[in-house]
Amino acid sequence: MITPTLPARAGVGFKSQHLDAILADPGPIGFVEVHAENYMGDGGRPHAQLAALHQRFALSIHGVGLSIGADRPLDRAHLARLRRLCDRHAPESFSEHLAWSSHGEVFLNDLLPIPYTAVTLARVADHVAEVQDVLGRRMLLENPATYVLFADSTIAEVDFLAEVVRRSGCGLLLDIANVFVSAVNHGTDAQAYLAGFPLADVGEIHLAGHAVAEDEGGVPLLIDAHDSPVPDPVWALYGHVLARSGPLPTLIEWDNDVPTWPILRGEAAAAERWLADAAAARSVA
Amino acid sequence: MTWQDGFAAALLDPTLPVPTGLVSRRTGAPTQRFAVYRNNVVVGLVEALEARFPAVCAIVGDEFFRAMAGVFVRAHPPRSPLMMHYGDALPAFLETFAPVAELPFLADVARLEAARTHAYHAVDADGLDAAAFAELHAGELGAARATLLPGTTVIRSLHPLVTIWAMNVGEAPLAAIDDWRPQDALVGRDGHRVVVRRLPPGGGAFLAALAAGQSVADAIETALADAAAFDLTAALADLIETRLIAAIHASEVPS
Repeated sequence: MITPTLPARAGVGFKSQHLDAILADPGPIGFVEVHAENYMGDGGRPHAQLAALHQRFALSIHGVGLSIGADRPLDRAHLARLRRLCDRHAPESFSEHLAWSSHGEVFLNDLLPIPYTAVTLARVADHVAEVQDVLGRRMLLENPATYVLFADSTIAEVDFLAEVVRRSGCGLLLDIANVFVSAVNHGTDAQAYLAGFPLADVGEIHLAGHAVAEDEGGVPLLIDAHDSPVPDPVWALYGHVLARSGPLPTLIEWDNDVPTWPILRGEAAAAERWLADAAAARSVA
Repeated sequence: MTWQDGFAAALLDPTLPVPTGLVSRRTGAPTQRFAVYRNNVVVGLVEALEARFPAVCAIVGDEFFRAMAGVFVRAHPPRSPLMMHYGDALPAFLETFAPVAELPFLADVARLEAARTHAYHAVDADGLDAAAFAELHAGELGAARATLLPGTTVIRSLHPLVTIWAMNVGEAPLAAIDDWRPQDALVGRDGHRVVVRRLPPGGGAFLAALAAGQSVADAIETALADAAAFDLTAALADLIETRLIAAIHASEVPS
C-alpha cells in the first residue's frame, strides 16, 4: 500500500494554458493537481504535459467521476482506468469525493450529496476500501460542499468521515472552502465543524473561492464555484486549522474564470506564507 | 426505486418536483437549493459541449447553442465520466434537430470537431516513413493493406466542410463561400498537434477505403470511381510525407 506523500507546500490546480508560465516561473508551488478524468485519453499532449510537470513538482490526481457515494457498485471499468492512470504517472496522492456523480449508466457531472446514515456509511467505507485495494494505495476522501440536507441523516458529517477513515484506513482531504460554504448554507458553525475534524488524518487541504446567491427565503446560498480568489473568512479558518495541524499540503482550486498565472501564483504564495507562519509557530512551540 | 433514482430523474427533468427527503435548515422548501444541483448538471454539460464544439457554437451563436445543447443534454446525458468523449452523439442529433434543418452542413462540422478531440487524446504512435515504404518489394504494394495512425478520421462531406470549419474557428477569414462544393476532411495528429486538412479529389474515398481495410489496389479503384481526377502519385507521396500509415501488411487478409 502506497502512502501519499505530497509536500507540505502550496499547490495549484493545473490548467494547460498555464504550462509554459508555470515552468518558467513556478513561484512557491510544490505540487500540482489535475482531475483524473481529463487524463484518461490514451496519449497525446495531456500525458506529455503531466509528465513534464511531474518532473518538477509533486503530483496529486483528483478524481471527480468515481461516484463513491452511489447506492450501487462502483464502476469497475472506471476503477481500472484510475489504476492505469496512477500506474502511468505514479502520483504522490490520489483523492476523490464523498459524493455521487453517476447514476447507473448516466454520468451526472456534478458532486451530489448523500444522507449520512449507517447504511450509507457502510457502503462508502466499502467503496473506499475497494478503491484502495484496486489502486494499491491509500486514498484521500474529500468533504463536500452541500446545498441541501437529508431528513434521513442521523450522523454528523465529521463523524461520518472519521468513521470511514477508521473502517477503511483512508486519509482525508479537508476542503475548507467546502466547510465554509456548507456552514453558511445550513446555518451551522464552521469553527465547530473544524474543531471536530480529525486533522491527524488530513493529507491535503483545498482552498477556493465561491459565488454568492440566495434562496427563495432571501437566505445567502453560497455556490462552490471555484471561480474567484480565496475569500478572507476561508483564509481565517485555514489559519485556525494550521495552528492545530502544522503545515499541510494546500491546494488553490480555481477552475472557472481561470486567471492568468501570476494571479494564481499569488494565491499560492499567500498560502505559502500561512504555511511558513505555521512552521515557524511549530518550531517556537 | 432508490432515493438516488428519484434525485437523478429530477436533476434532468425540471418538470419533476424536488425529491422528497431533502430539507433546508434555513428556509422551508429547498427548491432553489435543489435548483443549484439541476443547474450544475445541465450547465456543466452544456459548457463541456461548448468547449468541444466551438465552430458549431460560432455558426449558430452562443444563445442558440446553449438552448440546443440543453435539449441534447436532457435527451442524451453522458454515459461515461470521460467528458472528452461527451458529444460523440451530437452530429447524429443535429441531423434530426428540426431548428437547424436549414444548416445541413452543421452535423459534419460537429463530426470534424468530435474527431479533433479523439485525435488530441489518441495514443502516441509513429507513422511509417519513406524508408519503411522502400522496404516493400515492387509489386507488393497493390495487395498490401494499411492501418492509419490512431486518432485519424476521414470525414466525407457534401459541403465545403473544411472551409466552413476554418472560418468559424478563426483559421480563415469569414467570407462568402463562392465555390460551394463537397470537401473531404482529414483529421489526425502530427506529433501532439491536431491537424485538419482538406483532401484532394478522390483522397477522401482513398483513405476511407484504406481505413475500411481495402487493399491499396482496391482503394485506388474506389478513389478513381469516386473522382476521375484522383492523383495516385500525389496521394501516395502524401501518405508517406505525412506519415499517416501506422502499419502496412503485405497481402495479408485481415481476419
